[in-house]
Amino acid sequence: MSAESKNPLLLAKLVALAVAMFMFAIFVLPPLYDLFCEITGIGGKTDGAYTAVAVEVDTSRDIEVQFVATKNATMPWDFYPIEERVIVHPGEAREVIFYAHNRTSSDMLGQAIPNVLPNNAADYFHKTECFCFNNQPLAAGESAELALVFIVDPDLPASVNTVTLSYTMFDITDRTLVQVSQVQ
Amino acid sequence: MLKRAQALFLGLLSPVIALAMAGNVSAESATRQLNMPQGVTEVSQAAYDIHMIMMWICTVIGIAVFGFMFYVMYAHRKSRGAVAANFHENHVVELIWTIVPALILIVMAIPATTALLKVYDTENADIDIKVTGYQWKWQYEYIGEGVKYMSELRTSQDEIYGRAPKGEHYLREVTEPLVIPTGKKVRFLITGNDVIHSWWVPDFGVKRDAVPGLFTAAWAKTDVPGTYVGECTELCGIGHAFMPVVVEVKEEAEYNEWLAGKKAEVAEYASTIGKEWTFDELMVRGEEVYERSCAACHQSDGNGIPGVFPALKDSPIALGAKEGHIAVLIDGVAGTSMQSFADQLSEVDIAAVVHYERNAWGNDVGDVTQPIDVLNYKQGQ
Amino acid sequence: MAHGPATLADGWGKYISRWVFTTNHKDIGTLYLWFSFAMFIMGGAFAMIIRAELFQPGMQLIKPEFFNQMTTMHGLVMVFGAIMPAFVGLANWLIPMMIGAPDMALPRMNNLSFWILPFAFAILTSTLFMEGGGPNFGWTFYAPLSTTYAPDTVNYFIFGVHIMGASSIMGSINIIATVMNMRAPGMTYMKMPLFVWTWVITAFLLVAVMPVLAGAVTMMLMDINFGTSFFDAAGGGDPVLFQHIFWFFGHPEVYIIILPAFGVVSQIIPTFSRKPLFGYSSMVYATAAIAFLSFVVWAHHMFTVGMPIAGELYFMYATMLIAVPTGVKVFNWITTMYRGSLTFETPMLFSIAFVILFTFGGFTGMMLSIAAADMQYHDTYFVVAHFHYVMVAGAVFSGTAAVYYWLPKWCGRMYDETMGKVQFWIAFIGFNITFMPQHFLGLAGMPRRYADYGLQFADWNMVSSIGAFMYGGAQILFLFNVIRTIGWGKPTDDPQVWEGAEGLEWTVPTPAPYHTFATPPKVK
Repeated sequence: MSAESKNPLLLAKLVALAVAMFMFAIFVLPPLYDLFCEITGIGGKTDGAYTAVAVEVDTSRDIEVQFVATKNATMPWDFYPIEERVIVHPGEAREVIFYAHNRTSSDMLGQAIPNVLPNNAADYFHKTECFCFNNQPLAAGESAELALVFIVDPDLPASVNTVTLSYTMFDITDRTLVQVSQVQ
Repeated sequence: MLKRAQALFLGLLSPVIALAMAGNVSAESATRQLNMPQGVTEVSQAAYDIHMIMMWICTVIGIAVFGFMFYVMYAHRKSRGAVAANFHENHVVELIWTIVPALILIVMAIPATTALLKVYDTENADIDIKVTGYQWKWQYEYIGEGVKYMSELRTSQDEIYGRAPKGEHYLREVTEPLVIPTGKKVRFLITGNDVIHSWWVPDFGVKRDAVPGLFTAAWAKTDVPGTYVGECTELCGIGHAFMPVVVEVKEEAEYNEWLAGKKAEVAEYASTIGKEWTFDELMVRGEEVYERSCAACHQSDGNGIPGVFPALKDSPIALGAKEGHIAVLIDGVAGTSMQSFADQLSEVDIAAVVHYERNAWGNDVGDVTQPIDVLNYKQGQ
Repeated sequence: MAHGPATLADGWGKYISRWVFTTNHKDIGTLYLWFSFAMFIMGGAFAMIIRAELFQPGMQLIKPEFFNQMTTMHGLVMVFGAIMPAFVGLANWLIPMMIGAPDMALPRMNNLSFWILPFAFAILTSTLFMEGGGPNFGWTFYAPLSTTYAPDTVNYFIFGVHIMGASSIMGSINIIATVMNMRAPGMTYMKMPLFVWTWVITAFLLVAVMPVLAGAVTMMLMDINFGTSFFDAAGGGDPVLFQHIFWFFGHPEVYIIILPAFGVVSQIIPTFSRKPLFGYSSMVYATAAIAFLSFVVWAHHMFTVGMPIAGELYFMYATMLIAVPTGVKVFNWITTMYRGSLTFETPMLFSIAFVILFTFGGFTGMMLSIAAADMQYHDTYFVVAHFHYVMVAGAVFSGTAAVYYWLPKWCGRMYDETMGKVQFWIAFIGFNITFMPQHFLGLAGMPRRYADYGLQFADWNMVSSIGAFMYGGAQILFLFNVIRTIGWGKPTDDPQVWEGAEGLEWTVPTPAPYHTFATPPKVK
């Protein structure tokens, strides 16, 4: 009869394991994945606002930075970079402007999601100021010049000569419930 | 008995033989192609090489293992009077067949790693092209050149549904292919607009998922001009099978000419937009655009698919005010599959298709939608 | 207490109550097996629709929208409705008899874990008749196609997955408890039949990963209905995260499907070789090694998603490693046959075909593990061919072998050997005609889940469809043979049934009485 008395305890342990795995999937895996992305630069999810530290500008190196703008799904705005590519020296701060225009008849909220390519450049591409840190409200018919200030770190791997920064603009007007401001 | 055993042997071995023979068929005969294409780039060649190495290793192991097995099945049959031995362990043998495969794998890892490094070598590209997957078409944008266009399936719905004979290039033809020059390293920046697609050109060895909100890079460099056909390889909805990739590789001079022509087209288009179209001209063009860009969901007869894609026949939007109808195409409908066509179709095409939808399948609004109406809507607000 | 189970002679009411309220492991095993066979026929019907549409280029029979529902439902029904319940059914019937236990450890939970399954699949299949149609996003249901862009019926799908997950978890807990607590005196772990071993390892995999699947669909549910954005880039989520979570479940899942099949074959081959299994302990360790590796290789399903190269390399190396323990198993099976005294009854034929075709699927699996080549294979028919070699020739062939092998023990009647062999050859040839050409299609460039294809793929698709109808026909013969055996087969009361059979289940009378091992047997 000892078998019967051992069963409830084992049952409890196994159920606990199942519940733990469920919790693991929902509460541990997503943050773990974000961490993984941050370390490896996957998806080019760059760090948040960067506080500029004085570094020597490395004038011996020219880095081409490309800007690409994409609109997701039903996003009807006009959205594009004024300059499509600039040449910078590592360590130098540079401002570029993206143009956005809401040509619909309703007030809208947009959110730009950045990506840096190649992956191994993500850690060395610092944004000191970026419209993507916040969401972008544009009233009906309104247009805006969205500013981005960035510094390419002098430690950028030598193999990288071109960095591509792309923004995908999402329509988040109907998503006011969501903590969109957490996005960088 | 022997005959039966032979038949059994051949029958069981047929898969191995077939796969082994597959390697010897040249990639020339497209319809009978059995093996992976060697392709025209360094990357596709690397993939092919490692594929062949792996296949031959597997074939050799397979012949050895199955050969032994068939020998056992023949020699140690009860019907031949075989008496079972009674051993069930031999640590030396077991150790050997753990270590030997491990060693083979370690050796294999070397070419596998080299090949992968090649795939990832996207630095120092001469040309950058953004590839965006849409439901169900591709958009190509030549970064820094001001040229971008959609590339959609050209095969008609009639051919697909058997109402017309299938052409030679059935499902392998698009309205406008991607064009790249020979001898230049082209980098593709791949992303998705709505759901995940995957951009595949077998002859380039390039396959990358097009994920909305995420960019990935791939590259190709080839010296062989020609037309290369690929596919979308990630399930993306009902048009998944109907969004082929077609790439034309041209000599550099030809490419430059093409690019200049493309730029001129953009400039020219802006000046002709004011042209007045007649009712019938718009119906003809509208039907063409509708079949290509709308019929996959809303169906050729305008009845849609209940519960998924609304009918346009007798729909309040198609029968309502013209501006409202244009608005749906330009702005899309948030939270549905109805995307914004503002960047996908020209003003003329949008005007034509709106006109068509308002006057086809018994819809009888009777008005005429001109390109200038569309332009006014775009700029008016 | 002594009277047996209610039969039809006691009236319909009692007979139905017996099955609905049963806590007997044999009854529940029977229910699982019949249920899984019904699902197998249904999933097979979906496959026939797919192959009929792909018989020639162009859309002839169905629309792409319905085609996508068919591919999705075929995958879901076969994986969750046919293969997994079939092995749970075998476990219910056999594990108590193999370890000398009177019943499963938790009989009432056993009843519950079966009876919620029909509801799960009723909910899932009912979506086919609803407005918007059934799930159309593939059995891997990648976001955002399965979230933002899914039909409203996706909520039914999610609910169905939750229920079948709960069923699997309960079934697994029961198996673990039975094996850990109910073994007869003297039945030490290293004396357990290999089928029990593979199942207990499978059960641990299930308890670990089914909740992860439940988590994935729960996150989908919240994204769709409650405004979160786990998988939506607009809100700071990532569609690729879904794939990581799905395959963290999905890769162990494919081993969940194949490990019990290993166990079945490890029982059958020694019997018909009349010789003990070679390398028993290395079989156990290899199974455990495969189970462990299954947790650390998941992203090899995502080589084209744009992972950093370090990730690709790691997942490639780890995946290649799986070949080692798998190879050990294959070598052990063949060495078991070596210097045996072989006969080729139907279960043995299916087991030998299993070894050959599973190994073939393993070879293509090794090719797929090479990331650079996978850039060409990924999501093509090459992959479809690969996993059908592993899952159909692996799991389904071994399941068929198991039914033929143990059916005489279960019902005290012999199946028709000739019919069994005819079925085997039709199935074997039909299977290869179906799936061998799919390798060529994939290499030549045909992606999977395509409702229509270019003319260059026409020939092999037609061949493949013909093979599929042939393979489908073999299953009808199988059903007929099983029913014929149960009703009219030649009676037998030899407890051993097979000359070379070893194990406790062959020591009880044939047919196996309703209650076995009320007093535990003494094991050596």
